[in-house]
Amino acid sequence: MIELDDVSYSYGGGELLSGISLTLQPGSFHFLTGPSGAGKTTFLKLCYGDLLPTAGRVSAFGQDVRDMGRDDIARLRRRVGVVHQDCEFLDHLSVEENVALPLTVSGRDTINEVANLSDLLSWVGLSAQARSLPPELSGGERQRAALARAVIMAPEIIIADEPTGNIDWEMSLRLLTLLVELNRMGKTIVIATHDLNLIRSAKAQVQARVLRIRDRQLQLAGADL
Amino acid sequence: MSVLGDIVGVARGDHQADRVVPPTGHTAWLTLFTSGAMAFLAVFALALSLATGRLATNWGNELARTATVRISAPAGQEDAQVRAAMQVLETTPGIAEVRVLTDEEQRALLEPWFGPDLPIEALPVPRMIEVIEDGDGYDSEGLRLRLTAEAPGAVLDDHTRWRRPLVSAASRLRTLGLLSILLIGAATAAMITLAANAALAANAQVIRVLRLVGARDVYIARAFVRRFTLRAVTGAAAGTVAGMAAIALLPSASTEGGFLTGLGFQGWHWLWPLVIPVLAAIVAFWATRTAAFRSLRELM
Repeated sequence: MIELDDVSYSYGGGELLSGISLTLQPGSFHFLTGPSGAGKTTFLKLCYGDLLPTAGRVSAFGQDVRDMGRDDIARLRRRVGVVHQDCEFLDHLSVEENVALPLTVSGRDTINEVANLSDLLSWVGLSAQARSLPPELSGGERQRAALARAVIMAPEIIIADEPTGNIDWEMSLRLLTLLVELNRMGKTIVIATHDLNLIRSAKAQVQARVLRIRDRQLQLAGADL
Repeated sequence: MSVLGDIVGVARGDHQADRVVPPTGHTAWLTLFTSGAMAFLAVFALALSLATGRLATNWGNELARTATVRISAPAGQEDAQVRAAMQVLETTPGIAEVRVLTDEEQRALLEPWFGPDLPIEALPVPRMIEVIEDGDGYDSEGLRLRLTAEAPGAVLDDHTRWRRPLVSAASRLRTLGLLSILLIGAATAAMITLAANAALAANAQVIRVLRLVGARDVYIARAFVRRFTLRAVTGAAAGTVAGMAAIALLPSASTEGGFLTGLGFQGWHWLWPLVIPVLAAIVAFWATRTAAFRSLRELM
C-alpha cells in the first residue's frame, strides 16, 4: 500500500533519515518506536505526503508521491487516516463538525452520513461531547476525537503519531483497543510511540511488528519486547 | 480547478464551506469600507470622464459648425458693409445659413459684462453676422480674402483659434478620468490582495488542517474567494449608490453654464456606474484567488 525505497530525508544540512526501505502490507500492524527527535514524525509525514523524501522513492497505492499533483495529494490523504500528534482540530467548530471535516472538504453529503457519524462518536465514546468545542475536551477525548476523524472516510490505512502521548494508561489502553478493532476489520495500522508498555499490551492482542529508528536507520526490533 | 466552477461556487455559496474558515471581525469592515470608498470615487471619476467627453463633443460639433463675421466700420459705411458681407456669405458654397444678429441679441451677449442698461445704440459696437456651415464646410481662407475685398471692415472668426485648446483640454480631462478609474481598480486589487493575504496568514493553521484532512486547493481558496468577493461587491454597491446619489443631488448648471455642461450623468449614462460593483467583484475574485493559490503552494 505504501512503499518506501531507499528513502532519505534531510533538514537543511543534517540528514535525519537515510536509506529506509519498507513496505506496508494491507492488514498489517506496525509500531514505530525510537527516542524523541529520532524522526518518527518525519517518517510518518513521508508516508502521507506531508513531506517529500530528499532521496529515494515513496509510493502510495502504486503511485510515486513525487509525481502526484496537489489534488492527488489531497486524494491520498482521504485514503490515509492520520491521528496527528497535536490532533490538529479547528477550534471554532464543534467536535462533531471536526470529526466530519474530511467528509465536508471532500464534498461528500454529510446529511446522509449523520447516522455513521453518531455511530462513530459513540464507538469512541464521545456522543455526549458531540457539540462541545475541541478546547473543552480532555487529552484522551481529543485523541479519540482525532481517531474518529481519521477513520470517518473509511481509509485503508491508519497512521497514529503518539496517540497516547499525554493521556493516562487506562485511556491509552482504550484507544489501543479501538485501533486493534480497526486492524481486525482489515485496516493497516501504523502507530508511532515511545511507550513500550503499550506495545507489549498490543502484542497480546494482535500480531504487531515493531520498527525502531536508530542512527537514522529503520530496524526491525527483536522479540525482546 | 476550473475558474468557471469557482465562479459558480462563489455565486451559489456553501454554508458548510463558509463555516470552515472562522469568521473575522474588523478586517471584514475594513474591506467593506475601502471597497465602498473606492466605488464612490470611481463614480466621480466616471462622471468626470463622461462629462468631459460630452464637453469635448459639444464644443467640437457646435463650435465647428458656426463662425462669426464681425464688421467694424465708420458709422456711415456700416450698413453697406454688412450688406456686402452678407452677399459674399450667401454666395459662398458650404454655408447653410447667415443671419445678422439683432440689437437685442447683441445686448444679451454683452449683458453679462456691461449690465442690462447698456445703451448699445450709442456705442460703436461692431455688427455681428452668424454663419452656420453645412455638412461639407467652406474654405475659410478663400472666404477671408473675398470678405476683405468686398467689406474691408469684416473679420471672419471661425472659432478654431480658441476652440482647439478647449477641446484638447476636455479630451485630456477625459483621459485623466479614465486613468483615475484604472488606478482606482488597481488600488482596489492591491487592497483586496493585502486583506486576503492577511486573512490567509491569520488562518494558516486552519488552512493546514484542511489540507491535512484532504481538502483540495480549490475548496480552501473558494472559502476565501467567496468571502472577499461578497465583501467587495457589498461595499462597492453601497459606495456606488452613495456616489450616484451625491451626483444626482449636485445643483444643475443650467443655461448660465450651459456651454460647460453639468458634471453628472445624462440619460442612459446613468447605467454606467452600475458596472462598478461588477468590476469590483471581478477584481476581488481574481485578487483573492491569486493570493490564495500562491499561499497554498507554499504548503504541502
